[in-house]
Amino acid sequence: MNAIASALRRIGALTIDGIWRLGFATRFLLAVLMNSGQSLRRIHLTIRELYFSGVLSLLIIVVSGLFVGLVLGLQGYDILQRYGSADAVGVMVALSLLRELGPVIAALLFASRAGSAITAEIGLMKATEQLKAMDMMAVNPIARVVAPRFWGGVLSMPLLAALFSAMGIFGGWLITVAVIGVDDGAFWSQMQAAVEFEYDVMNGVIKSAVFGTVVSLIAVFEGYDCQPTAEGVSRAITRTVVTSALAILALDFVLTSFMFRG
Amino acid sequence: MSTSAEQTSPLVSLRDVRFAYGEREVLRGIDLSVHRGQVVAIMGGSGCGKTTLLRLIGGQLRATAGTVEVEGRNVARLSGKALYALRRRMGMLFQFGALFTDMSVHDNVAFPLREHTDLPADMIHDLVLMKLQAVGLRGAAKLHPNELSGGMARRVALARAVALDPMLILYDEPFAGLDPISLGIIGQLIRRLNDALGASSVMVTHDVHESLAIVDYIYFVSDGRIVAQGTPAEIRASSDPFVHQFVNAEADGPVPFHYPAPPIDSLLNAEGA
Repeated sequence: MNAIASALRRIGALTIDGIWRLGFATRFLLAVLMNSGQSLRRIHLTIRELYFSGVLSLLIIVVSGLFVGLVLGLQGYDILQRYGSADAVGVMVALSLLRELGPVIAALLFASRAGSAITAEIGLMKATEQLKAMDMMAVNPIARVVAPRFWGGVLSMPLLAALFSAMGIFGGWLITVAVIGVDDGAFWSQMQAAVEFEYDVMNGVIKSAVFGTVVSLIAVFEGYDCQPTAEGVSRAITRTVVTSALAILALDFVLTSFMFRG
Repeated sequence: MSTSAEQTSPLVSLRDVRFAYGEREVLRGIDLSVHRGQVVAIMGGSGCGKTTLLRLIGGQLRATAGTVEVEGRNVARLSGKALYALRRRMGMLFQFGALFTDMSVHDNVAFPLREHTDLPADMIHDLVLMKLQAVGLRGAAKLHPNELSGGMARRVALARAVALDPMLILYDEPFAGLDPISLGIIGQLIRRLNDALGASSVMVTHDVHESLAIVDYIYFVSDGRIVAQGTPAEIRASSDPFVHQFVNAEADGPVPFHYPAPPIDSLLNAEGA
């Protein structure tokens, strides 16, 4: 009986804690938005973060995109040639990447590469009292440290997802056209005919913008909210990656169910 | 300090200040004044609430009861904007410097100037070099914080704290973890900068001998209360048991060596039985 009561208490405590953190994160988002003026006025602060989140993530995005495209090309060709539709492999590669894999995998990679780095940086600034020092110098750390990193992440995510999809399509072309020998003209013309800009491309861009906003918010929030110790920072980084991954996958389902109903 | 300074209204005054972290009360009725031009030390053992006092003066925490006034204004009642306006006239030295690790020494000292003034870049550069010269580190302007020793980092942080020529400088454990030479340098800098800027300083520390050499007045805090106060000469001559224990670094006294526990005899008897 006691075990049941304690389990219920634990579930209750976790639920309350979860709701409390969600509320706190929402208030934090409002604070970030209200203190975003400086990120626009002093644009070099945001550009610097765009470099750290976006440019430094290029390598992992380009290489992963290429390999995902190579695999999609191989698998797509293997399945489609059974039905005599090997020429449609370009369509399959493009739609898979633009609608799903581009935004989702790029966001997962972005959370692991840039999100964790943002959490670690803000968390360590907190642990070494740099945020407090800034606050004592009458400089708002949310405006000066958090907001530029948030906007840097929000802006770089759709660009990275687009690059991921482009590299993936190139990878698909490389393996199916250049190596296997699928007709080059059919590959591109079928893709051009089947992919709709507003329906396929724009929905993918919207997805990546949503993921970018969510991952950036989780990353800055976990860093700002962490326990100011080595262990606290390490836990915050883990939470950033895990929470971001879960949020990306859950939101992808929700967005897909609204966007692609057939 | 001179009597004229005593006669003017204090720059910082705490009246019957109480503060609790949740249920745990750390300050239980503190009365304290800092007059213009003074360097005041707040001393006490680790965890006695000294740093909390500093945070109350800087407006980072709000007292549970009582008033904290700086320049006659109640810090707890200031709006966010007014508090920031006040903090622009305060400097604070954190325990381990809290330098921005992604910036050079030069940019750390330039940070408050760039954030709060519209001065041209070359003038900011000259001001930064003057501040660094004052702490003896003009030659280290291009280094990064990870290339500095603990004492040097503290001096850079001191240069940053006085970058805007503050009226009040707060020091959180400025001597912690320093070698004797760095300790003496920091002590002298605190006194010299205070006098050169015409500022006032509040220093939280447990380094008795260094503090007695440079401060004007000392408050001893224990168990959330002020248990003794006076000028360095009065403190040296004091017969108060707490002051005596603290100044002479005795292991036992009013601050007990043992954490509260049942008498050891009762344990021995229980084991023998």
